[in-house]
Amino acid sequence: MMILVTYDVSFKNDGGPKRLRRMARLCQVFGQRVQYSVFEIEVDMAQWTELKNQLMGVMDPEEDSLRIYYLGSNWERKVEHIGAKKAMDLNGLLLL
Amino acid sequence: MRPLRNVIYIQTQNAWVHKDNDNLVMKVGDEIKARVPIHKLQGLVCFGQVSISPYLMAHCAENAVTITYLNQFGKFLARVEGPVSGNVLLRRTQHLTGANRDKSVAIARTMLSGKLYNQRSVLRRYLRDYGDKENEQTMSAELATAEKRLSRCLQQLTDCDAIDTLMGREGEAAQVYFGVFQHLIRQPDFQFDARRRRPPTDPVNALLSFCYTLLTHDCRSALETTGLDPASGFLHQLRSGRPSLALDLAEEFRPMIDRFVLSLINKRQLSLKDFEEWPNGSFTLKEEPRRTLLAAWQDRKQDTLTHPWFEESVSVGLLPWLQAQILARFLRGDCDSYVPFLWK
Repeated sequence: MMILVTYDVSFKNDGGPKRLRRMARLCQVFGQRVQYSVFEIEVDMAQWTELKNQLMGVMDPEEDSLRIYYLGSNWERKVEHIGAKKAMDLNGLLLL
Repeated sequence: MRPLRNVIYIQTQNAWVHKDNDNLVMKVGDEIKARVPIHKLQGLVCFGQVSISPYLMAHCAENAVTITYLNQFGKFLARVEGPVSGNVLLRRTQHLTGANRDKSVAIARTMLSGKLYNQRSVLRRYLRDYGDKENEQTMSAELATAEKRLSRCLQQLTDCDAIDTLMGREGEAAQVYFGVFQHLIRQPDFQFDARRRRPPTDPVNALLSFCYTLLTHDCRSALETTGLDPASGFLHQLRSGRPSLALDLAEEFRPMIDRFVLSLINKRQLSLKDFEEWPNGSFTLKEEPRRTLLAAWQDRKQDTLTHPWFEESVSVGLLPWLQAQILARFLRGDCDSYVPFLWK
């Protein structure tokens, strides 16, 4: 299934930048960075449970927010891209 | 069902591919060109000058991602695989399928129907381009008859339930097709009356034979890359040292080669004096024109067309790889039948 993960990390205290970096790293293991704090992640249930736990472990629930959009497996019709920074289709032909 | 993992092909020369945070990252110079999560991949194919970091290589080995090195022309060089791989299962399935008469016939039949369909496309294209010219009415009538006979052979393939009868139909189709091949040659110096090999006794046959060899090499590389055994075929009989499956896979692409040869002749990229005649009556291409041919072949492989099954624009050179992938998917049971490449 396709999951869209976005987050806001507060920079109020010193740990902010570090949490931000760690969130990005975790999301990138399984997914593709489509905008600065927006990741498209195509995973199965087991992988997602693991990733979600890790994300929740890193974030500070008092300061940061995490929003998760479940797009399901038929997600292609629900996503439209306009403008620059077009994402790669990881299921299509990868020819570089 | 397990999601189908993808294969990434890297043909950018001097690319540096490394691992960063469970991602495969491709860099050219200092610029990051691509970033793909490794869990989406099952294979990495590198053409020519592509360097891979040892860390990525180890990671791929652990996660059953096969790395294959080919040279720039697509010749198979090496494969890097982790300790446990599914390839033995794939090869075993391939051998078992090959030993099963009905299954072999089914695969051989689709491959041959691809070939006949593509042969017909060659004739149709010529009819479309030149069929209505005043002075060529008789030729186009002959071509149209041949086209109809090919269509009939194509239909009759469905009734064949043995390799021998399939081969018979294929032979019949080849006779029809090469019977009118002369009409497709638009340079009067070049004469062609029948397909002759071992040895080729005229320049056109020499060109066909040489280019079929190139094609077979590409098919063989494609099969090795996919992890299939190139020696164990369905249509061609097993013989020691013979790449039977590569020959099977090549069948559906032969008509494309024929068109390539025709365009070399018709566009006057080669002329009769580029050939050497040997005392035994055989013809070969001289060295300098062989370079011309290989350069044209490389160009041809860069051309893109839309693959009817993947519905993606792909370069011609990748077609054998894609067909090998479809074959592997079919043998693994991921799809219902093998689908040959049909050329419009």
